[in-house]
Amino acid sequence: MITDTELTTLLEDIYRQYGYDFIGYSKSSLHRRVQRIFAMDKFPSFAELRYKLLTDDLYVKHFIEELTVNVTEMFRDPHFYKTLREQVIPSLASKPFIRIWHAGCSTGEEIFSVAIMLQEAGLLEKSLIYGTDLNAKVLANVRRGLVPIDQMKKYSENYIASGGPKDFSQYYTAHYGQAILNQKLTEKVITSTHNLVSDSSFNEFDLILCRNVLIYFNKNLQDHVLDLFDKSLSPLGFLALGSKETIRFSGLATYYQQIQPEKIWRKTQ
Amino acid sequence: MEKNPVTPKLVVIGGSAGSLTVLFQVLPELRPSFPYTLVLVLHRKGGSDSHLVDLLNAKCTAPVIEVEDKEALQIGQIYLAPSDYHLLLEDRATFCLDDDEKIHYSRPSIDVTFESAAHVFGKDTVGILLSGANDDGSEGLARIRAAGGMAIVQDPNSAQMPVMPQVAIDKNHYDYVADIDQIRSYLNQLS
Ligand SMILES: C[S@@+](CC[C@H](N)C(=O)[O-])C[C@H]1O[C@@H](n2cnc3c(N)ncnc32)[C@H](O)[C@@H]1O
Repeated sequence: MITDTELTTLLEDIYRQYGYDFIGYSKSSLHRRVQRIFAMDKFPSFAELRYKLLTDDLYVKHFIEELTVNVTEMFRDPHFYKTLREQVIPSLASKPFIRIWHAGCSTGEEIFSVAIMLQEAGLLEKSLIYGTDLNAKVLANVRRGLVPIDQMKKYSENYIASGGPKDFSQYYTAHYGQAILNQKLTEKVITSTHNLVSDSSFNEFDLILCRNVLIYFNKNLQDHVLDLFDKSLSPLGFLALGSKETIRFSGLATYYQQIQPEKIWRKTQ
Repeated sequence: MEKNPVTPKLVVIGGSAGSLTVLFQVLPELRPSFPYTLVLVLHRKGGSDSHLVDLLNAKCTAPVIEVEDKEALQIGQIYLAPSDYHLLLEDRATFCLDDDEKIHYSRPSIDVTFESAAHVFGKDTVGILLSGANDDGSEGLARIRAAGGMAIVQDPNSAQMPVMPQVAIDKNHYDYVADIDQIRSYLNQLS
């Protein structure tokens, strides 16, 4: 078992040597992940894991990719997407240009879901969708528009539950165990690595989605990231978080209005 | 404002199929303001049972709260792990959620919370494993015991689905086997 002190030592090593800052992450979740990597890569002792991380750049890359949880789904929490479809997207329609940022987009399932809804609303053409993540490996998948085919039944059910009016199967073709999204859906997507801890605001957006990323951060880091989103939102922009995340305890709460009961807030000034 | 006293003890109850009837016999009978924090980790069916927390609240005198990210622990309250997240303890005062892969086909997984509780609360952890049809929970009980905490399994004879408690018994990962009455009185004398 890795102890709390050992975990802190590793995080400090990684920060000092490579500049990746995980110090403000929730320890409980990181502890599970490090424990898992430790077992998976069969390290005989903590000292050996530490030595490997200090001396092997390639291993560090692998370690950091394994440290983050990348689980995602299309149309996860269908009621959330229903609200996006019915209350958020229509109010973006009159804009000459729509800018959306998926922060911590992982392999892209959330981006694909929003792109489908934009296309159905006839707005995809004038939209620009930024997908960013700390983990470069997952972003390659976003660009290719790939989704595991065995998930498509579930995603199709989610899509229907979110109020999707079309036949979901028209949005992809099956190819060797993968579903490939229609190219139209990924044409407007720009991907880039971006670290919410250390990188700054890079544009102004009408809608920012950052779902199930803040749960991995401690309160201070959450406040820092919410502040970054505040700086990156247009005056009446929307912020969407995961279904168990909230801005309630942050300074933002007073000038954002929630679209109850979803975790979507609109900036009011 | 007065600060909450640091939670002295954490009780985690893990249940799957057949556990709700047990909880309905135990939780409403708990003495008011019990001096520990009680956490429920139940296998749930996706988002389709979002009323579980309302149902529990209707039956219990202690408040039942579905945990949100970084929720604070309070004594005398019951916390329900939300569906589709693993529930962890960040420290003795704070919960934390995690949406990593399912364990034993389950999210929340009982093992995950038991292990995290053992890590943070050590000997002040009590794990109780109820009725269920899979093998979640027994590894977590082993971790609670290794940390000096207490592991209780529901008597399989009193369980609608005996598999889950039986697995823990077969692996010898328990301190006591208890029927529903015994679980209730254990929780009522615990201080
Ligand atoms: C659990 S996934 C969430 C995916 C998607 N938003 C969803 O809810 O389905 C969390 C993602 O956040 C990314 N992440 C973690 N720390 C980050 C950071 N500091 N900056 C940017 N992305 C980060 C991870 O790499 C991972 O892809």
